[in-house]
Amino acid sequence: MSMEKQGLRAWLLSDTPTSRRHARMAALYQGWLSLKSNHMAMFGLGILAFLVGVATFAPLLAPADPFIQDLALRLTPPIWIDTRPEGIEGYILGSDSLGRDILSRLLYGSRITLYIVTLVAIIAPIAGLFVGTVAGYTGGWVDVILMRITDIFLAFPRLVLALAFVAALGAGIENAVLAISLTAWPPYARIARAETLTIRNSDYIHAIKLQGAGALRIITKHIWPLCISSLVVRVTLDMAGIILAAAGLGFLGLGAQPPSPEWGAMISEGRKFILDHWWVATMPGLAIFTVSLAFNLLGDGMRDVLDPKEGKS
Amino acid sequence: MSNLLNVENLWVKFPTRNGIFDAVRGVSFSLGRERLGIVGESGSGKSMTGRAILRLIRPPGMVSADRLDLEGQPLLTRTEKQMRDVRGQQISMIMQDPKFSLNPVMRVGAQISEAYRLHNNVSKSAARAKTLEMLEAVAIRDPARVYNMYPHEVSGGMGQRIMIAMMLIPNPKIMIADEPTSALDVSVQMQVLEIMDKLVVERGMGLIFISHDLNLVSSFCDRVLIMYAGRVVETLKADQLHNAQHPYTQGLLNSLPRLDAPVDRLRVLKRDPAWAKEASVTA
Amino acid sequence: MSEIAINALNVWFGEHEDRVDAVKNASLSVPKGGSFGLVGESGSGKSTILRAIMGLAPTWSGKMEVIDTTLGPDRSRDFYRRVQMVFQDPYASLHPRHSVDQVLSETLSLHGFSGVDKRIAKLLDDVGLGPAFRFRYPHQLSGGQRQRVAIARALASEPQVLLLDEPTSALDVSVQAEILNLLTDLRKERQLTYLMVSHDLAVVGHICTEIAVMQLGEIVETLSVEDMREMHTKHPYTQHLLESSLLGSGKS
Repeated sequence: MSMEKQGLRAWLLSDTPTSRRHARMAALYQGWLSLKSNHMAMFGLGILAFLVGVATFAPLLAPADPFIQDLALRLTPPIWIDTRPEGIEGYILGSDSLGRDILSRLLYGSRITLYIVTLVAIIAPIAGLFVGTVAGYTGGWVDVILMRITDIFLAFPRLVLALAFVAALGAGIENAVLAISLTAWPPYARIARAETLTIRNSDYIHAIKLQGAGALRIITKHIWPLCISSLVVRVTLDMAGIILAAAGLGFLGLGAQPPSPEWGAMISEGRKFILDHWWVATMPGLAIFTVSLAFNLLGDGMRDVLDPKEGKS
Repeated sequence: MSNLLNVENLWVKFPTRNGIFDAVRGVSFSLGRERLGIVGESGSGKSMTGRAILRLIRPPGMVSADRLDLEGQPLLTRTEKQMRDVRGQQISMIMQDPKFSLNPVMRVGAQISEAYRLHNNVSKSAARAKTLEMLEAVAIRDPARVYNMYPHEVSGGMGQRIMIAMMLIPNPKIMIADEPTSALDVSVQMQVLEIMDKLVVERGMGLIFISHDLNLVSSFCDRVLIMYAGRVVETLKADQLHNAQHPYTQGLLNSLPRLDAPVDRLRVLKRDPAWAKEASVTA
Repeated sequence: MSEIAINALNVWFGEHEDRVDAVKNASLSVPKGGSFGLVGESGSGKSTILRAIMGLAPTWSGKMEVIDTTLGPDRSRDFYRRVQMVFQDPYASLHPRHSVDQVLSETLSLHGFSGVDKRIAKLLDDVGLGPAFRFRYPHQLSGGQRQRVAIARALASEPQVLLLDEPTSALDVSVQAEILNLLTDLRKERQLTYLMVSHDLAVVGHICTEIAVMQLGEIVETLSVEDMREMHTKHPYTQHLLESSLLGSGKS
């Protein structure tokens, strides 16, 4: 068994690939090895894997139903705190003002967090990539118009836009996602455009132009592959901000609606009780903090892997 | 001729995913008040040798040697702080492209004066005077005007002469020049080399001239070391180049196209794997 | 009939006060199957002439005729098939994320060639790389190997004319000899016409039969390589270039 493993490893580390598949697998494997050597990034990745696992298996892991209220058990502290009144069954992280188990609500809420984050992480960079590369490659008035549109969206305050959406379309997660995406894409457009401007003057772009390639082919096959790494890094680092933005909207009641266990909304509900029943707001706050930190660490690690010039030398 | 620099069994290693890569393997040579050329192609270890002498190789790179002395004083055991006294003051280095070695946001005169004041406790005006003197020594005709220029405003040749001024102002004992003329036009190369030559000889300095251009080095230096795969394969006096014995050196010489000796096909160097395994020749 | 004929070419950048003339009143002619060198120092405009021929120069005037076609402001797909360029820096002329296979198949498909697999194998063979190199990425290739890939790319469309922009300046001496031999062989085998730019007189003297010397955008002298070797030069700048290059290299 270990002989085979040795063979596989050598195959993946090979400098002389023998087929397209081989070359691609080797490149992926070597990238993975670089990422693996960065401990912080692995820690972040671990937390995120945990998050995905929790979100997937929430129904199996949650000790109680997140929606069932039991007013007799409202505001009970976590079981590891002694100030519990006698004779009352405890929840691991305590209960909220309607007697719902906070742990279960956190576990189910992770699904909402993951949903929002995934949608924004797909929409914003892709929109930015399109706008930025077309603007950067075409130049001229197309560039000017696209960049001014970018500037306009960049100037929009996220919360005001979200309020406008709520007023027009009603509150809800999808509208929150839309509001966040619409204000999140401009930085990606700027990054993509800056990269395109540099790449545009390279000899390899000249070379393919001199084979008669058109703008569409050059942008999609030659420029996009080179922009992707900086966008990936940026998106991972932005995740923390996106989560906080979603939580902020939830806090204001503009995102997920009650009784949805969205983490930001949970903090909002716990605001009133923060002095005597601190766990109601703190637990979801810690969850947000942990996930944001995980994304930051992963983002740092990915930057070291994808842009070796800026990593440790 | 007493030796300024003694190097014995210098090794430079880098850990990689596929094992340890030896960039320099057991190189030994000594340098007196002379011009020594180190010639090699990319990957031969010539630049690494220069950097190792100045302890510019950072971890995870590993440098080891049986002996690495400057005028009898060991260099490998010095702390970083002690090395800072050596760099610039006793051994200085000129690199290939002045575009990349001059600070683009400082005026050139200020950079030279800064280099001077780093090692000498003098007033700003004294440093400026010395700088102007040095600029004249590198054949810059209007030193006061050039003093106030930014690096992007000077040509390649002038930039390199400014680097020379900056590196020679503290009056070091040894200068290491790593491909100093490779980025320059042919006619400017000669001018820069003449200036370097004059100053080195005037001050009784030792010069290590690292290059890939065998003919250039031999016309300019007293002795030449030829490096291949991290080892020294041959050492010659510069005027004896045509009598090179080692097949690698001969191969290099024969593969160059020559204006005065046209051929139909150039003789291609056939690399013998044995060359990489030979012991390094002591120079 | 010349394969390449340039008459009174001017190339400039910028307008009015900002105008910089990169090439001034340049004229040259290269016969079919010939090998012509453009030499000069940096800023002489030699590379700009190549770019003007390929359609990469924004503003120019004069007449350029390549393979019996007068060139206008744009270039046709057919032009790109028949006239190819090899760039100077092998580290910059290959896309970092595309394997050798991708580079060659893209070129072949852009020009409408079928039987891509067989053609790629033959191209790699012709430039002295074997099938083992087919799926490598540029960072897994040495400078000489990359330049061979660049030459393979240029040959993929079966061109008649190759424009070479300092093809060996960025390479080691021993590798340079291999590439120069390869270029010599290819020209003979395929009856190609070369227009080569270089700052190295010895390299130009080896590959080319005729040379134009450029200084500050102007062609100051055009002479045959034999005349240059025997120092029968008319212009003092040519003499100066010859002397500088003999002093540094090419001396016994």
